[in-house]
Amino acid sequence: MSAPDKKPGKRWAIWLPLVLFGGFFVLVMNGLVRPADRDIESAMVGKTLPEFTLAAGSQERPGLATDDFRKGDVRLLNIFASWCVPCAAEAPQLDQIARAGVPIDGVAIRDREQDIARFLARYGNPFATIGKDDISEVQLGIGSSGVPETFVIDGTGTIRYQHIGPIMERDVQTILAEVKKAEAPL
Amino acid sequence: MIAETGLALLWFAAALALLQLFASVMTLVGGQSEAEMGGVVRPAAIMQGPLVALSFLMLMWLFIRTDLSVLLVASNSHSAKPFIFKLAGTWGNHEGSMLLWVTVMALSGSFVALVERRLPERTMIATLAAQAFVSLGFYAFLLFSSNPFERLPTPVPEGNGLNPLLQDIGLAFHPPTLYIGYVGLSVAFSFAVGALLTREVGPAFARAMRPWVLGSWIFLTIGITAGSYWAYYELGWGGWWFWDPVENASLMPWLAATALLHSASVLASRDALRTWTIMLGVIAFSMSMVGTFLVRSGILTSVHAFAVDPERGSFILALLAIYIGGALALFGARASTVNEGKQFSLVSREAGLVVNNVALSAILGIVLLGTLYPLLTEAFDTKVSVGPPYFNPVGAFFAIPMIVVMAVGPLLRWRRDSFDRIAKALILPAVLTAAVIVGAVVLAPGIRVLPLLGLALSIGLGIASLLPLLGRNLLRTPLATWGMVVGHFGLAVALFGMASESAFSTEKLVAADIGDTVEVGPWTIELAGIEPVAGPNWTAIEANMIARYEGGDPVSLHPQSRNFTQPPMTTSESALSTRWNGQLYAVVGEEGLDGRWQLRLWWKPFVPLIWIGGLIVALGGALALIGRLLGDMRKAHQVRRIAERREERPMGGAMPEPAE
Amino acid sequence: MSRILACLALFAAMLSVPAAAQDQLPPAPYAYRQLEDPAQEQKAQDLMETLRCLKCQSQSIADSDASMAGDMRNQVRLRIKAGEDPEAIRAWLVERYGDYVSYKPELTALTWPLFAAPLVLLLLALLLLRKRFTRRLPVGEE
Repeated sequence: MSAPDKKPGKRWAIWLPLVLFGGFFVLVMNGLVRPADRDIESAMVGKTLPEFTLAAGSQERPGLATDDFRKGDVRLLNIFASWCVPCAAEAPQLDQIARAGVPIDGVAIRDREQDIARFLARYGNPFATIGKDDISEVQLGIGSSGVPETFVIDGTGTIRYQHIGPIMERDVQTILAEVKKAEAPL
Repeated sequence: MIAETGLALLWFAAALALLQLFASVMTLVGGQSEAEMGGVVRPAAIMQGPLVALSFLMLMWLFIRTDLSVLLVASNSHSAKPFIFKLAGTWGNHEGSMLLWVTVMALSGSFVALVERRLPERTMIATLAAQAFVSLGFYAFLLFSSNPFERLPTPVPEGNGLNPLLQDIGLAFHPPTLYIGYVGLSVAFSFAVGALLTREVGPAFARAMRPWVLGSWIFLTIGITAGSYWAYYELGWGGWWFWDPVENASLMPWLAATALLHSASVLASRDALRTWTIMLGVIAFSMSMVGTFLVRSGILTSVHAFAVDPERGSFILALLAIYIGGALALFGARASTVNEGKQFSLVSREAGLVVNNVALSAILGIVLLGTLYPLLTEAFDTKVSVGPPYFNPVGAFFAIPMIVVMAVGPLLRWRRDSFDRIAKALILPAVLTAAVIVGAVVLAPGIRVLPLLGLALSIGLGIASLLPLLGRNLLRTPLATWGMVVGHFGLAVALFGMASESAFSTEKLVAADIGDTVEVGPWTIELAGIEPVAGPNWTAIEANMIARYEGGDPVSLHPQSRNFTQPPMTTSESALSTRWNGQLYAVVGEEGLDGRWQLRLWWKPFVPLIWIGGLIVALGGALALIGRLLGDMRKAHQVRRIAERREERPMGGAMPEPAE
Repeated sequence: MSRILACLALFAAMLSVPAAAQDQLPPAPYAYRQLEDPAQEQKAQDLMETLRCLKCQSQSIADSDASMAGDMRNQVRLRIKAGEDPEAIRAWLVERYGDYVSYKPELTALTWPLFAAPLVLLLLALLLLRKRFTRRLPVGEE
């Protein structure tokens, strides 16, 4: 065996930086053209709702607990707050969904009763129950990272779908379809 | 008119850069007729600096006058802002900071064209061609997609204001310092490209490039140090380094420049590591550009809807592809024809510097990989976060051997040495390192591994770094040697601060009534009162705290919670009390329902050493730079004298070349 | 470091979303309060420094003023107080938010290159450098 030739050994290494840069380029190019997806999806979709009991956030409605989601009907769990501006924007759509016969349970994040009352008086009250979550316990429990967010929960208490951000006009049909889907057991 | 003049100056400078590129390319491909077109190259380069600087002054003027008919001023300034922040507002936004970038680039181009006369003229013209080519891209970026001088159709009555977090004296000096560092590396890049184009890679190239690398590196060091301190006192949680993508973007060029600095000195003194030095020259500025891209494109700024401008992102990415891709392709094509240079023994100064280079490059690779990794997994629809639990241990994996070699390397001779010769000198630092380990484990059981190693190695390195001065006449020791000693010592000081902060900080979060006393570490702090105060564009509540160190003299601290209206935002202004052995850090938060105030207090032993060490490192760089420049001047003088003598005695025999 | 630039981006975000409203509730009990047992508090602190604030930009929950970060600190401290293992709490959060919430990457099919990288770099360096060194310089050379 002769001593290894220096040149060929060197050559591939010399192109290594360019190859790595090529990889970098493809990577960031891909990152630039992909629609910026900044949402943090919950990993709880498909899993069972965690145990919780929340006191009522409004005198007009009772509070809620996990057991309320195991009674056989598909429900929406809406994470909202009176201090959150997009939550006001989704109020008409929530109303529309409620009128379509889907019960909606509200979880008010870090909110005061008087503020919730004012919010409901102003933007309407589509909620069947309203729970007060003062320490984001339910929010953390179901993997929600902001307000508003809406979860579809089936009749056995399993989380079936998550919608991040306000429900806009165009999202209503999607949500209703997801509710329909959730009526069939997994 | 001011805005229009500024814009016209920019266009003029861009045209000159085009001329510079054209003339230098013609000279390079046209062959011998260097005199015809080549004569244009330097003047074209020299003129750009003042032109762009003037343009930058125009923008500053617009900000100082708060000219609300200019879009950039209207969206980033406010007439009620204090003067210094109006001024700093010039570069506290995308367009203004890009203009600053181009200004620094043009000034460096001017300067290098003006003073650098040692390289063969052909290499110099190739270097200036590369500099013009790079500048043109940034001129285009500024003029076509980030025009700072754009007018509004109708002036607005009031500006939007500047983010309160940025209304701080730290902002006034931090970005310009970093930018000088980032952009100064473009000259090293151009030298590397010029050397590749003309195949002139040798000690002369390294010597020409070295002051630029050193200069940029000094500014980067100061910039990173200042930025870390700014984050420390401004963000209000006592953290000084977060491995945030934006921080990493400034660390990566520094790592590359540090490696380049060391490999360039091997090349300059020993004519070894030729291809490696060239590659680092390309990489260092590439890292500046990559960092800028990552920050500007918003591609890594994660979480919740950010206003990202994909057009700008694509523009910078295209520039990256042209410059970095082009330079690395040139490197691939040419580097195999460059001889690697001289070999050396496993125990030698060169070998030490090689270990340093490998470690720095590996840390650079790790930081780059960790920063980009979330982007990579996102392509597979998975989001991950890479943070301190990854960077700290993996960084230490390379940093620890590097620190050990840093202690030993400077004592070794070039080319070939033996450990036996230096073993005696190293006994003291080795013993002390071991003693610190044992002592810390005994006195502070439960200390974690990294802070423990950091403490011990910092002591060892601190002593070992001074050993090269041993037995020398300190007055006759070259400045460059002093620079190395001071720089390495500064790193030991910073390391000690980091390790101490990490190992010995104590934290106290309390809700306190007025009159309550809180203890944190050796301090006793009384909350004496809470007062409302008002500034030029904010109102605040200010706590009056009376702190005593071990029952000693009272020190008063006044942390604030500031409310800005333009734009609306609350910031915490921490209050610091510095002693020789650490810093007390106090923050006042909100008032609770029970009327008690949220206080956050930290005692951080020796934490100021982090930044003092950083500044000592920069000082070491400055000493080395001065030493090199003086040496260069002395040598130029010698060369001139010899040339003169030759003219006097044309028949004289071969003159000896001046020694290095 | 040049967090300034990060803050600029944050600032831009705030301008584009005027909905940066704040809630009025006081922070959760353990958001700004330490655990009584210093050893437990140390555990909680170490864990919090490696959990990502979901609402902020690149900050851990240990150094964020966001109210959700406060609620997360409350959860962490309560669970530590109840005797839960820090890694179990991390797993609990990862179960809800995915790996994103943890700054400590787990070794998975997708992340192994992160952990292989240091070794690859080391091998690469050895491979490229082995020819640079001479065992012994011939006497009298140079």
